[in-house]
Amino acid sequence: MTAMSPEKSKLQLDPVVEIEHLNVTFSSKRGHRVVAVEDASLTIGQGEFVSIAGPSGCGKSTMLKVVAGLTRATRGSVRLRGSEVTGPRQDIGYVFQRAALLEWRNVRANILLQAEMRGMDRARANRRADELIAMTGLAGFEKSLPHELSGGMQQRVSLCRALLHEPDVLLMDEPFGALDALTREKMNIELQRIWRETGTTVILVTHSVSEAIYLANRVVVMSPRPGRIQEIIDVPFGSNRDFGETLALPEFGDISARVRDLLGATHAED
Amino acid sequence: MQLASEAVNPAPGDDGVKAAAALAPRLKKQSRALGWLVDLWRPAVFVVILFAAWWAVTENGWVAPYILPSPGDTWNTMVENAAFLGAHTWVTTVETIIGFAIAVVIGELVAVMMIYSKTVEKTAYPLILFAQVIPKIAVAPLFVVWLGFGMEPKIVVAVLMAFFPIVVSGMAGLKSVDPEILELTSTMGASSIKTFLKVRLPASLPQLFSGLKVAATLAVTGAVVGEFVGANEGLGYVILQANGNIDTAMLFAALIIMSLMGVLLFALIQVAEWFLIPWHSSRRVTGSAATAG
Repeated sequence: MTAMSPEKSKLQLDPVVEIEHLNVTFSSKRGHRVVAVEDASLTIGQGEFVSIAGPSGCGKSTMLKVVAGLTRATRGSVRLRGSEVTGPRQDIGYVFQRAALLEWRNVRANILLQAEMRGMDRARANRRADELIAMTGLAGFEKSLPHELSGGMQQRVSLCRALLHEPDVLLMDEPFGALDALTREKMNIELQRIWRETGTTVILVTHSVSEAIYLANRVVVMSPRPGRIQEIIDVPFGSNRDFGETLALPEFGDISARVRDLLGATHAED
Repeated sequence: MQLASEAVNPAPGDDGVKAAAALAPRLKKQSRALGWLVDLWRPAVFVVILFAAWWAVTENGWVAPYILPSPGDTWNTMVENAAFLGAHTWVTTVETIIGFAIAVVIGELVAVMMIYSKTVEKTAYPLILFAQVIPKIAVAPLFVVWLGFGMEPKIVVAVLMAFFPIVVSGMAGLKSVDPEILELTSTMGASSIKTFLKVRLPASLPQLFSGLKVAATLAVTGAVVGEFVGANEGLGYVILQANGNIDTAMLFAALIIMSLMGVLLFALIQVAEWFLIPWHSSRRVTGSAATAG
């Protein structure tokens, strides 16, 4: 199934993430073996934005956790900036579907948790937090507690926290899955801009086809149980993308049709 | 460019409304304690009705004074024996507070150890449960034999009574932390002590405090039970003495003081909760304000 050869993609850039023949198997308490990811290979270059799309339970989140070092690979290898991932990695930023904020800390303190835990230089962390707060439109909300914020705002805080230490790669696991359609669109537009401005390498797991295509340089389509990479599709649009215009492009329609075709009947958007 | 400006203005729809709502709870913070007092009018009315009924029953001679003393008699007993009752109340208070404090320290320590070590949890939890099932009043005489007639056996019984809810709520609190936050902190390279102090412990406080409130009232019970078994001072001793002399007015006086002690301790913990975890109580207030408005 990996005959589509991910290596054919234009990768003159330095590889940041190298996944080679990754297999992840979970065994349940009753002894059932569940193959979450099977023989996945993928190389992601510096500054690239890769979306992983697939139906629920196709192992896309598992793949992300393996990259972060939160889940162990059963076979195969994952390298981050050339070094093998063997345990939780500190050179990544992680954003979950739920914002996972500390409810007793205000917006700013939640973002700075990253700095406190790492023992980052205070002045630098503060400056970086200011930048990110301005960039994500959180200015004026620094003192608000998480429960005073909407889901979209909470997710912005989570994004700031993940970017504070300028990670080599930003891993996002369905970050906008719990948001309403309009907020989600707005967050997509913002993420596009933030990616452009920061130049961070991003891996985004999503099951929204349009989100996957609008944001990414490449869309990785996975098949369900066992999770295999079905196809990797290049998205040939420039890095500065207007939401409405991009979605109206005929190529967008073609790619979207191709992805939906691959996902087949098992997929229903959102 | 149009994208950027759109992005900088936080969502006109949902976020804008939330922004206004965010300011409201801060203004209400001062009036929170006041609101709590105002909410007391219902139990206050109930207590007044109870006293009125009590007064009516005794004033009309429906019940003999040695069975039920009048509120007046009880009050007079309290005033006349203020020094005597005060001294004994002090003893019980000290036993209760020391017992409660020891239970908090040991209970939280045990909870932390059980959270971090499966072996400790599997060993200690069944034993703690077993110890909890033994009626404290049945083992209290043993402590008197071992520790004598002083404060020590009373403190031990108070500790035993208060310990269980603290361990259980402490553990539940420490387990309540979002596992995704723990995954996040593991990618932040934080030491487990840092993660405990900055994430786990604060996250556990709301649950721990509900256990502390239960434990505080149980500590009072524990101290008095200890005094019942063998003591020459304390409110439990006063109650036993009054009972022996059929001095029901004194018995009632001691009972009332004891309940007030429990309520006061409970209120102290409530106040500590407001100060230590304002984020938790403010959340509850916003919740009720949202439903009211």
